[in-house]
Amino acid sequence: MLEAVDLECVRGDRPLFSHLSFSLEPGELLHVTGANGSGKTTLLRTLCGLTRAHAGEVRWHGTAIHKLGDDFHAQLAYVGHGNGIQGDLTPAENLSVAVSLSGSADIAQIGKTLERLGLAAYHHFPAKILSQGQKRRLALARLVAEHKPLWILDEPLSGLDVDSASLMTTILMEHLAQGGLIIITSHQDINVETKTTLHIRIN
Amino acid sequence: MPKLLKAIARLFWRDLTVAMRRSTDILTPLVFFVIVVSLFPLGLGPEPVVLRTIAPGVIWVAALLATMLSLNRLFANDYADGTLEQMALAPYPLALLVLTKIAAHWALTGLPLVLISPLLAVQMHLPETAIATLALSLLLGTPILSLLGAVGAALTLGLRGGGVLVSLLVLPLYTPILIFGAGSVAGVIAGIDTEAHFSLLGAFLALALTLLPWATAAALRVSLD
Repeated sequence: MLEAVDLECVRGDRPLFSHLSFSLEPGELLHVTGANGSGKTTLLRTLCGLTRAHAGEVRWHGTAIHKLGDDFHAQLAYVGHGNGIQGDLTPAENLSVAVSLSGSADIAQIGKTLERLGLAAYHHFPAKILSQGQKRRLALARLVAEHKPLWILDEPLSGLDVDSASLMTTILMEHLAQGGLIIITSHQDINVETKTTLHIRIN
Repeated sequence: MPKLLKAIARLFWRDLTVAMRRSTDILTPLVFFVIVVSLFPLGLGPEPVVLRTIAPGVIWVAALLATMLSLNRLFANDYADGTLEQMALAPYPLALLVLTKIAAHWALTGLPLVLISPLLAVQMHLPETAIATLALSLLLGTPILSLLGAVGAALTLGLRGGGVLVSLLVLPLYTPILIFGAGSVAGVIAGIDTEAHFSLLGAFLALALTLLPWATAAALRVSLD
């Protein structure tokens, strides 16, 4: 489904990695590890198409993603370092904007999703009063409400408490069970029982 | 309603709602506009002939500066919190989403300037016929200011001292709009036919609407890379 072919990424003048190839099938999780500054975020952004690869290409169903454009974006949910939350809107409003922007307008799910992630009590408050961990949960709520097959997650567990992290693991497992693909960077171990987990360590 | 229209309506609603909840954002350019124009009668004295002569230029220059003042908040917040990445990864043309944001920006800064301009025109002793011309020229001109400003804001996104850089980048591009906008009002006062001014402003607006959202989207992609 998702293939990286001979990827080479450069940040400024500094080469990060080269000749990186892998392929990911439905139900598989790719866990990217590496030291700070080794290029994990750049790899993830390249896989989304936000950053252009210096060489090589990323393919989705055999076609290069920059040729697919919006058709690829319709399959992709990306959670980066930024949570994409506007502090003056309530959590429900934030989520409804994100969901309609992503094109999978499942507005009815929003209340249920917020409840599942433990944010229902903050329904009417502006998102700026949420703590870091709660904001992270709100960013991850997008994944649940959007129903995209490919999830690309940059440090999704940072700032989450133990319960939220295990809830997130459950959500990841559900997604894999439904035939989803996940690419994740995390310094924590991810205890996902799945048929295949790929590991890439960038040096 | 198709999903694209829904997404655009939602984005427009979002920008307006956020601005309403942060009302200083809307008031700052408007108050700036009013204060700058009001300084001239105070500084030059209340001589109607002098004020009438300088009024078109003063009001138009103040409108340019007020728009400049509001440009940095067009994309900066969304860039900092990661919303812009989500827009770039949305399954819709980024240029259309950008156009939506520019439209919201104009509704929040350009439109209030147009609406308050007749009041300032009276203060500057403009004749009645010129008041309508002033409002109309601003109605055609301020959307161009927002569209051009968006390119500058997108190019300087995430740079240190971006605010000053935007002014240097965008103000020279504003000069044709200033010339024809202020020229149309001055023409009416002098009794000259101003149809050509308005045709040109309309042509600028049509050109800006078709080209600049794409340029802004391309600049944003570069800034996000």
